[in-house]
Amino acid sequence: MSGLRILVPVKRVIDYAVRIPAKPHSPVARNHIHTNLYFDLRAVTGATITKPPQPPFSNSATLLARPRANSPPHQVKPRVNKTQTAIETAGVKHSMNPFDELSIEEAVRLRERSKTSGPKVDDIVAWSAGPQKAQDVLRTAMAMGADRGIHVLVPDASQGGKKDGESGDGGDLEPLGVAKLLAKTVEQEKVNMVILGKQSIDDDANQTGQMLAGLLGWPQATQASKVEMGKDGTECTVIREVDGGVETLRAKVPIVITTDLRLNEPRYASLPNIMKAKKKPLVKKAPEDYGVDVKRRLRTVKVVEPPPRKGGQKVGSVDEMIGRLKELGAI
Amino acid sequence: MFSTARHTALRQARSPFRIARPTTAPQLSALARLLSTLAVLEQREGKLNVSSLAAVTAAQKLGEPVTGFVAGSNVKAVAEEAAKVEGIDKIIYVENGAYDKGLPENFAPLLVENIKKGGFTHILAGHSAFGKNLMPRVAALLDTQQISDITHIESEDTFVRPIYAGNAILTVKSTDSPKVITVRGTAFPAGATEGGSASLEEGVDPKAECPTEWVSEDLAKSDRPDLATATKVVSGGRGLKSKEEFDRLMPPLADALGAAIGASRAAVDSGFADNSLQVGQTGKNVAPQLYLCAGISGAIQHLAGMKDSKVIAAINKDGDAPIFQVADVGLVGDLFEKVPELTEKLRKE
Repeated sequence: MSGLRILVPVKRVIDYAVRIPAKPHSPVARNHIHTNLYFDLRAVTGATITKPPQPPFSNSATLLARPRANSPPHQVKPRVNKTQTAIETAGVKHSMNPFDELSIEEAVRLRERSKTSGPKVDDIVAWSAGPQKAQDVLRTAMAMGADRGIHVLVPDASQGGKKDGESGDGGDLEPLGVAKLLAKTVEQEKVNMVILGKQSIDDDANQTGQMLAGLLGWPQATQASKVEMGKDGTECTVIREVDGGVETLRAKVPIVITTDLRLNEPRYASLPNIMKAKKKPLVKKAPEDYGVDVKRRLRTVKVVEPPPRKGGQKVGSVDEMIGRLKELGAI
Repeated sequence: MFSTARHTALRQARSPFRIARPTTAPQLSALARLLSTLAVLEQREGKLNVSSLAAVTAAQKLGEPVTGFVAGSNVKAVAEEAAKVEGIDKIIYVENGAYDKGLPENFAPLLVENIKKGGFTHILAGHSAFGKNLMPRVAALLDTQQISDITHIESEDTFVRPIYAGNAILTVKSTDSPKVITVRGTAFPAGATEGGSASLEEGVDPKAECPTEWVSEDLAKSDRPDLATATKVVSGGRGLKSKEEFDRLMPPLADALGAAIGASRAAVDSGFADNSLQVGQTGKNVAPQLYLCAGISGAIQHLAGMKDSKVIAAINKDGDAPIFQVADVGLVGDLFEKVPELTEKLRKE
């Protein structure tokens, strides 16, 4: 049995996670150029240089609670554009889809584990379909440990392409289109394992991995929280998150796996690795190169903001709280 | 002259056939306008999963007729149970233990065969772990772009769904046929489980091989109401500081209210609560009558999972926490004091 050849699709999305604003004189700010409460560690794009965080406090709860006391975290809230056709993406911070960071991390960990146990990992290919800037996330993936990158250029609005709300930053592509491109890539690159994020945080579709497995006729293990390879690399056991708990599946390679948040904790790309990643091969492609039909099937009618909630009413005591809940008919 | 006469004669000779065999084109387009919806139902150990009936509720909004689909071992009992559900006209069931665990590798080909045989225009399932896992595979096999987690149906081809963790609401029109859709359970509550009288029909079983082996499962056992469908939910976050405090404060409050227990991702990650209790973009979506949370700041990803709750109440010591922007009733204070006090006073009610 030859080793694993892993394909990891990554997507560039709006970064709307909670983060602590950097304050020039706070010791926390120096250590946390870029920390975020929700997705924990997050690699930066190739363009930004960062150091791994050095936790100044003993546990993560105080680590994150402390700076909040003087400066509440701000959230980058996605905004609908004026024409109500999509989310405003210009001038908004982007980064790799958090679930895709987990995919890269898992692929790299499989390689690291192969030194002691488990199968050899021959190749880790990061793949992204999207605008020119999608290359940033490919470089990040390579800085985290992918061997090479493939970029399928799908122009966005600013480069003359059509912009659509449904597909987020993937320009024209829908999950089915992406899955078709990936199925071709699997064939061309002789891949025997694909690790994808379970969903992208822009379109929240949760489809691509399952569609790819369907197109390839491969087994699928979605929402994985643990992946264990048999020693010879032909069999893999996956624990997946389901409603109400977890279930364990066993399947033979080749396989499609999608990652859940609890699978691992993605590493930061170190500065030397970011520099090395710049020299790793990155192949450019066009959707046409794959010879599959990736035309959109869904048309965006409109994108609107959800109706705001009228919250904000505060009470002074538990008694008042109970009284108010009764008035509202909640208890 | 002769030629005209011959044409007329020929036309006359042909006309009876034409009447006897009506042209197929208009009939086809009339058929295409008729909706027929397949609602994929879930079963577990011979019991119908009631939360999967959201697909039926959504299907009814599309118009008649609605067919339900179940598969598994001893599935006849489930089919009979489902036949009583209001709004279902027919139940297709497939008796085969291979489908018990809902593995998409063989369940997807099974569905595709039955969809093709039944000529369904819409295939609906709940956006549950089962639906999320299975339906995109079905969609790919049918070469159709799925629409996930819809919250509203505008017409037979136009659907509404949240994107960007619920920060935007997208309306899409689908040109595909058939349309494969997953529905958000809290947006389409299950209807009555009595009063219906659907007919039963055995489906086709392609007996596709499953390359995946189901090994085991570990489900959290609880006597409390199911989180996704509970009318009241109490939820704890990072502010509870430890699993011991979570277990000390939250269950009594839940019991006092008859509520399900939820948690923020921070609480789940810190090991205070089980993964399956996570409420948010990547966890469960809930929309209870009352969502009472303590020690939760209200990150976008958490709000995504609960902001459709009827009444939101929050206890947090940070008066600036984003949760207070959506809470109908907010109490700024130390949860270690306020939660026990609240529990005590609710018990006395």
